[in-house]
Amino acid sequence: MLVKYPLTEEQNLLVELIKRIGEEYIAPFALEWDEKESFDPRPIRALADADLFGIIVPKEYGGLGMGVFEMCLAVEWLSYYCAGVSTTYAASFLGAYPIILFGNEKQKEKYLPDIAKGKKLCAFALTEPQAGSDAFAIKTTARKEGNYYVLNGVKQWITNGGIADINIVIALTDPAKGPRGASAFIVEKGDPGFSAGKKEKKLGLKSSVTTDLIFNDCKIPADRLLSREGMGFMVALKTLDYARCGAGAQALGVAQAALEVSLKHAKKRIQFGQPVYNFQAVSHTFAEMTMRLEASRALVYQVAKFIDAGAKDFSGASAMAKCFATDQAMWICERAIQMMGGYGYMRDYPVQKFFRDVKCLQIYEGTNEIQKNVIARELSKVYK
Amino acid sequence: MRIIVSIKGVPKPETVKVDPETHALRRESAELILNPFDRSALEMAARLKEKYNAEVIAISMGPPNVIPLLREAYSICADRIILLSDRAFAGADTLVTSRVLAQAIKKLAPFDLVLMGLKSADGETAQVPPETAAILGIPSIINVKNLSFEGGKVIALRETEYGLEELEAEPPIVVSLYPKLDYFRPPSFKRLLEIRNIEPEIWSAKDLELNEEKLGLSGSPTRVLGVFEKKFAEKGEIWEGEPEELAKRLINLLKEKGFLKA
Repeated sequence: MLVKYPLTEEQNLLVELIKRIGEEYIAPFALEWDEKESFDPRPIRALADADLFGIIVPKEYGGLGMGVFEMCLAVEWLSYYCAGVSTTYAASFLGAYPIILFGNEKQKEKYLPDIAKGKKLCAFALTEPQAGSDAFAIKTTARKEGNYYVLNGVKQWITNGGIADINIVIALTDPAKGPRGASAFIVEKGDPGFSAGKKEKKLGLKSSVTTDLIFNDCKIPADRLLSREGMGFMVALKTLDYARCGAGAQALGVAQAALEVSLKHAKKRIQFGQPVYNFQAVSHTFAEMTMRLEASRALVYQVAKFIDAGAKDFSGASAMAKCFATDQAMWICERAIQMMGGYGYMRDYPVQKFFRDVKCLQIYEGTNEIQKNVIARELSKVYK
Repeated sequence: MRIIVSIKGVPKPETVKVDPETHALRRESAELILNPFDRSALEMAARLKEKYNAEVIAISMGPPNVIPLLREAYSICADRIILLSDRAFAGADTLVTSRVLAQAIKKLAPFDLVLMGLKSADGETAQVPPETAAILGIPSIINVKNLSFEGGKVIALRETEYGLEELEAEPPIVVSLYPKLDYFRPPSFKRLLEIRNIEPEIWSAKDLELNEEKLGLSGSPTRVLGVFEKKFAEKGEIWEGEPEELAKRLINLLKEKGFLKA
C-alpha cells in the first residue's frame, strides 16, 4: 500500500487477527468453495470464536463497542481472502444494526449478547420479487392478531437465508398507508410458517448462501416488532446508511487482492525477453489501478470515521463510499484479469473469482444507480 | 472445575541449534513456536471451559522466551498463565521436566484435569504426560480425541487400531490429546486486548520447593551420547537452476540410462 494509515494498537491487533484467520481458515479453501459453490461454516465459527461478530455490538451487551471504521477494517481484510465469507459476515451486521439502532431494552438484552458471541447469525430481508430498487413496492404483510403478528409474503435474494437465526423482515402492517405503513420485525429460525427457499446459483460470492424467505401465515409474538408500526422503512434506510460503508470496504479488500495477484504475475511473466511489467502499457495500468484503489480506500475510511464521529446526515456520504469504491474495484478486477492475460481467465487463478465476486458489490445493498440517486438528492439538499 | 494445560515452546523448524557438548537443543537462542501438538490441549480446554464453565490455568517450563506462547494460551482460553523458569531447570530430560511440572501442578491443586499435547515436535518422546501422572500418583490416558464429564467421572474417547475406545476415570487425571482435532479456534480479540495488561506469574525452583540436585542436567538420568544426521546410502540428488536447463539435463540423464531413446 502506497498510502499508510495510522491505526491504533487495537485496530492493528484487529487487522492482524483477521489476517491470521484469513490465512488459516479461508485462503487454502476459497477457490474450492467457489468451484463447488459450497458454504463452509468453519471460517464463520472461527470469526465467532475470535469475538469478531461483536465489533459493532455495544460493550454492555457483550460486544466490543467499536465503530463503523473498525467494522470496515475487518470486512476489508476478510474480503481480501474471500468476498463470499465476508458477505456472510457483513450481512450479519446488516441484521444486527436494526436491533442495535432501534431495538428496545428487552430486545437488545435478548438478542445482542448471542449476536456478539457469534452464536446467532443474522439476515436482513427487504427485497422482494417485484421490489428491488423500488423498495417501497413490497407486498409482504404483517397482520396483527391479538398478541401476535401474522406474516405473509416472499423475500428474495436474502444473504444468510435459512442459515440465519435472526431475520429482520420489513413488512406492511397497514398497506393502505403505503411506505408509511411498513414495519420491521424480528423473525427467528423455527418460527411457525417461516421457511427458506432453495439456494440460489450465483455468478460469484459462491461461498455465501442466498435464498428466498417464505412467510406462510408466519405467527410471531407482538414483541418482535422493532420500533413502532410504520417505522419499517426508517429502520431499513438507517441500517443501510450504516452498512453501506461495509460494502465499500469489501470492494477495497477484493481490489487489493486483485492488484497484488496480478502485479506479482506481471513482474514474473517474461515476454519479449523481459517481465511484462517493464512495458509501459502494463505498468501504467498498475499505476492507474493503485490510484483508484487508494482513492477508494481514502473515501471509505473517511466516511466511516465521519459516521463514527457522530454525523447525523450521512446517507450521501455512505452512498458515495459504496458506489465509488465498488465501481473502482470492478474496474480494477477487470484490469487485473487483462494484466494476466490467459492466466487471468483460467479458474486455477483467483483473479477471475475476484471479478465475479466484485460484480455483486455494485448491485447489492442498493444498486450503484440508486446510490447516485441518494447522492444527488443529498447534494441538492445542501446546495438549495 | 479446574483444568491445567501444560504447553511447550519448541524451536521453529530450521532455527534450532544443538549444544555441541550436551547434545541438547539450545532453546534459549531459538525462535520458539507453540508445540503444534499442544494446540489440541488448548482447544480441548477451551471446549471444556465453554461446556462446564471450567477455570483454565496454562503452565509452561522453559526460558523467558516462552512467555509469548503463554500469552497465546491466554488469548485462546487460559484464565491464569504461569511460567516455570529457573536456570536450574536447564538441560532437563523428560523425567526432570515431569518432576517440575508435577510439583507445579500439585501447588495448583485441587484440579480435575491436566491436559497436554500427545508429544513435543522437538523431542517426540511422548513420555512427559504419563511420567507427570506417575509422579503425581494419578492415572493418565494418552491420545484422547474427546473428553466429557458424566456423574463426576471423566469419559475419554480415543481411537485405536481396533476402533473407538471409551475409557472412564475418576478425576484428577492427566490426558494427552490426539493431534488432529476437527477444528482449532483462533485467539479471541477480547482476550488479545486483555493480555496487553497481564504478566505471567513466574515460579522458580525455590518457589516450587524443589531440590536443585534433582533438577536440570545433573538430575537427568538421560544422557544423549550423540546427535547425527541419518545418512542414506542411496542419496537423492537435488538439482537447482533454470527450468529449461534442468529439463535438458534430465532428458540427457534419462537417455544416458536408456529410459529414453536417443
